[in-house]
Amino acid sequence: MNPQAIIDGLISGSTIGLGAIGLTLTYSILRFANFTHGDFLAWGAYLTLTVAGVLGGLAAGLGAPVYPFSFGWGLPLAMFGGVLLTVALTLGLDRILFGKLRARGADAIIIVMASFGASMALRSLLEFIFTAKPAYFTKALQIAKPLGFGMRATPDQLLVIGLTAVLVVMLHLLVTRSATGRAMRAVSENPSLAGVYGVDVDKVIRVTWIIGAGMACIAGVMAGLLVQIRPYMGFDLLLPLFSAAILGGIGSIPGAMLGGLMIGLAEAFAVQIVGAEWRAAISFVILVLVLMLRPQGLFGQKGV
Amino acid sequence: MEILAYAAFFLTIALTYAIICLGLNVQWGQTGLFNVGIAGFVGLGAYVSAALTTPDAAARIGGFDLPIVIGWLAAMVAGGILALAVGLLTLRMRSDYLAITTFGIAVALQLVFQNTESLTGGAFGMAFIPRPFAGLQGEAFAFNALNLALTATVVLLCYLLLEHLLRSPWGRALRAVREDEVAAQALGKNPILLRIQAFALGGAIMALAGAVQAHFIGFIAPGNYLPMMTFQVWAMLIVGGSGNNRGAILGAILVWAIWALSGALISEVFPADQQARAASLQIVVIGVMLCVILLWRPQGILPEVRSVSRHLGRRNKDNSK
Repeated sequence: MNPQAIIDGLISGSTIGLGAIGLTLTYSILRFANFTHGDFLAWGAYLTLTVAGVLGGLAAGLGAPVYPFSFGWGLPLAMFGGVLLTVALTLGLDRILFGKLRARGADAIIIVMASFGASMALRSLLEFIFTAKPAYFTKALQIAKPLGFGMRATPDQLLVIGLTAVLVVMLHLLVTRSATGRAMRAVSENPSLAGVYGVDVDKVIRVTWIIGAGMACIAGVMAGLLVQIRPYMGFDLLLPLFSAAILGGIGSIPGAMLGGLMIGLAEAFAVQIVGAEWRAAISFVILVLVLMLRPQGLFGQKGV
Repeated sequence: MEILAYAAFFLTIALTYAIICLGLNVQWGQTGLFNVGIAGFVGLGAYVSAALTTPDAAARIGGFDLPIVIGWLAAMVAGGILALAVGLLTLRMRSDYLAITTFGIAVALQLVFQNTESLTGGAFGMAFIPRPFAGLQGEAFAFNALNLALTATVVLLCYLLLEHLLRSPWGRALRAVREDEVAAQALGKNPILLRIQAFALGGAIMALAGAVQAHFIGFIAPGNYLPMMTFQVWAMLIVGGSGNNRGAILGAILVWAIWALSGALISEVFPADQQARAASLQIVVIGVMLCVILLWRPQGILPEVRSVSRHLGRRNKDNSK
């Protein structure tokens, strides 16, 4: 077994985990499985790419790589813009579609279906605007540096793992320690009761979208930086995202992250055994196993 | 004559989609089960039937040269068993777990179609699937017309069977579970069992549709069974009217017509190098259409005729949700 799989797994697991956080939050607070979430990752990556292009046009120096990374200051700046735009996209989608269905009291499953339709439309729109050709944030090549124990990683990859850890800790503190977090947990327990107790349910829903979209955009940029940007990148991640969210337990942020890392590691190791062409089946197998053995997930409560 | 032959071809394809829609209508329309893996069930039926009926091929296992009807029946059995397994696994849990699992089934089956070359022919697919009335292939119109008649017969049989089932006590119990699970349970109905039965029946019908389609075209490849297909079928049922079998058939023909016409329009309007890009607009249009219908006319063109029993008449008026 090649120990490099640990690094590969942690890297792809970071992306999956960050994406799964948004999914698990929308699932527990808005109470529907959002099939559009994968496409938020792809939109986040493309929006960041667009902002980076604009920034690069304004100040060419922003594109110059900052040692030891493969990208310049332009990318983090652009990602900030990308996050704002992705948030705007999700809030807009909630206003014209999901919120309307919610207000009408539509069944959760109707909202799932709408998310399925919106997902197809959003993805194809990306393909129309940017074509199916892969895009890249940077053309610079990086040499993977040895880490010991036969493992190697590029500075970009280590940055991604570090950034993910920081974000997860921050989010976890936000949800467990702040008033907003308490309101979010209250709504996820019982929306009408939370409303009666004076929790601003609409605000909680907005915060949920903001966190979910922000994490999705960052995950998309990470995947785009380390691999490439494609219109289907988010859709291809959708099954791993769902598996990670369910494995971790719906509603649990540390669970989603841990689930993501486990899926990433499982994929990396399994690929060495069964071959890369079966990669996409790994998360399905994990999903089925979780549903059979522990449907509430690692950190979920029984009866969800 | 050529136009008539094309019309028959077009309608035959549309009717194979109508069969899928009828299968989905049992699952969604009558029972409220959200299947996001339709393409997987359809593909499974196509591959099972193809493996049994194609002539022996050196490069892969299978090729038993069996009659087409056997292939169709085997496809139904395979689809039913797969749906049964998925149902047993997920139907005890929240409704969206089924959606996620079926989505995974479609992804996993897609990989099987792609990667198990010795069984499915891999990316190149399977050719020489026997076509009904193959002796007439030289005469386009007669061939297409006879196939249209055959497919229409299958649609009609499915329709009659489903209408009969849905008017039976079983169908009433199914709708009761959909409308008010607790009440149905209180009356001694087992919601999980009913859901599993409906899901398996729907899965079998979808797989049959896949087999019928594969035999009409004579060639299958993994690319035919992408999530796109699932999405089209959903659009068909929602547009036509979920819960209404006639709506399912109408929706299939209508959405397929929109799809084919917009495709033709794109190939006329856009230059060759931009066509793949423009084709993605087709999907945007259908996606937006699906959302708009869910928002403004969730019952579709032909709404479900709500009735407790045909002896009591319809009860749409007092129950306009």
